[in-house]
Amino acid sequence: MYLSPVISLVKKDLLIEWRQKHTLFGVLLYVGATVFAVYMMAGQPETKIWNALFWITQLFVSINSVAKSFLQEHPNRFRYYFTIVHPTQFLLAKMIYSITLLLAMSLVSLLLFSIMLGFPIAQTGLFIAITLVGSISLSSVFTFLSAIAARANQNAALMAVLGFPIVTPVLMMLSNLALKAIAEVYQPGWWALAGTLLLLDVLVIVLGVILFPFLWQE
Amino acid sequence: MRQYWWKVVCVLLLGYTVIAGFLLPVPALDIINETIRNLYFHVPMWFTMIILFLVSAIYAVRYLRTGDLRYDVFSAEFTKVGIFFSILGMLTGMEWANYTWGEPWSNDPKQLGTAISMLTYFAYMVLRGGMKDEEKRAKISAVYNVFAFALMIPLLWILPRMVDSLHPGNGGNPGFNTYDLDSNMRKVFYPAVFGWILLGVWISTLRVRVALYHFKRENEFEFDFEKQMTHA
Repeated sequence: MYLSPVISLVKKDLLIEWRQKHTLFGVLLYVGATVFAVYMMAGQPETKIWNALFWITQLFVSINSVAKSFLQEHPNRFRYYFTIVHPTQFLLAKMIYSITLLLAMSLVSLLLFSIMLGFPIAQTGLFIAITLVGSISLSSVFTFLSAIAARANQNAALMAVLGFPIVTPVLMMLSNLALKAIAEVYQPGWWALAGTLLLLDVLVIVLGVILFPFLWQE
Repeated sequence: MRQYWWKVVCVLLLGYTVIAGFLLPVPALDIINETIRNLYFHVPMWFTMIILFLVSAIYAVRYLRTGDLRYDVFSAEFTKVGIFFSILGMLTGMEWANYTWGEPWSNDPKQLGTAISMLTYFAYMVLRGGMKDEEKRAKISAVYNVFAFALMIPLLWILPRMVDSLHPGNGGNPGFNTYDLDSNMRKVFYPAVFGWILLGVWISTLRVRVALYHFKRENEFEFDFEKQMTHA
């Protein structure tokens, strides 16, 4: 009962994404162009630089793709949603949508990175898992901040300004974790780091669920 | 907080901090030398900053629960004074680090943590500045305030585990408590912390009073003809 509006909202967003292919391809092109620009600047760098460049690219891709979740909707349409669903359902739907989108985009950018900038990863499965966890963290934080930016009638730049200080430590944790996956030797202690990251994701989602209803009232 | 006794306590504590902080004996150590006295002035800035940000977040929650715009005024003013203290803490710390670590900025996790919280609250001010409507500004900035504060605390706790620290008491460096065998420094440090926190609260309450005065002036609605009627 509780989840069925969430599912239909996610379906609606994905359907819009599929029908208006120009926005989807726009984001894909953004990913491609960013990776290409990075490749032109750095060539095939050493492992540590590769990792840093990969996560910086993830940050910019996430800002650009997640900004769509709230900022693409017309402000007046929020009033319509307000009448038919509970705010937490709406937020969860938007979060699931942007997590799905960012998961796809980060896999694409990982593929492009491995083609253009070389493939230094030793434990591929672990690195992909970390990328997926990273996209969940980035997209959940930025979804909530894009809701704030949308309510304040501002653009994606404000969302980025609000998000950078919060996301920087998360990115540091992610790149440390990823370095452990790149190394060929088994690295102890990555479980604690991954667990902390997941706890942080849970905290973001819980805070979002608590605070979003206040944001939504007029 | 209309009583004035705590303001007297604040002045007395800070007077004691300045006099005793510069005159009482401190342990003589290599490199640190007399700069150890910075403990009385630099470290309390951080405590004050965190307390002020905490008060600001509490008022943000109270605003969200009640919808009373005066709580938003409290929240905003405490944040501004918190930012001021974070800048003071950063400056005193960088000055100290210049003489002991050899450079003002060395990627220490505590410096990073402060930089992150400063950026967060600068973003808060930018967010507030972008909205004209009072109710909307209050609501949205309160939501961001609570969100950012609740995320900042675990992040500041995680950061030191990511980078090595140069600070006394971290990263294998002995803390000041190991040097302070006769507890002489503690006699100054604890009063200093309370004094600076009281000063921060004092400055904030003054700013809140001015802001509330403006708030009342702007919300007092009177037609021109009413004014003429009353003055006639």
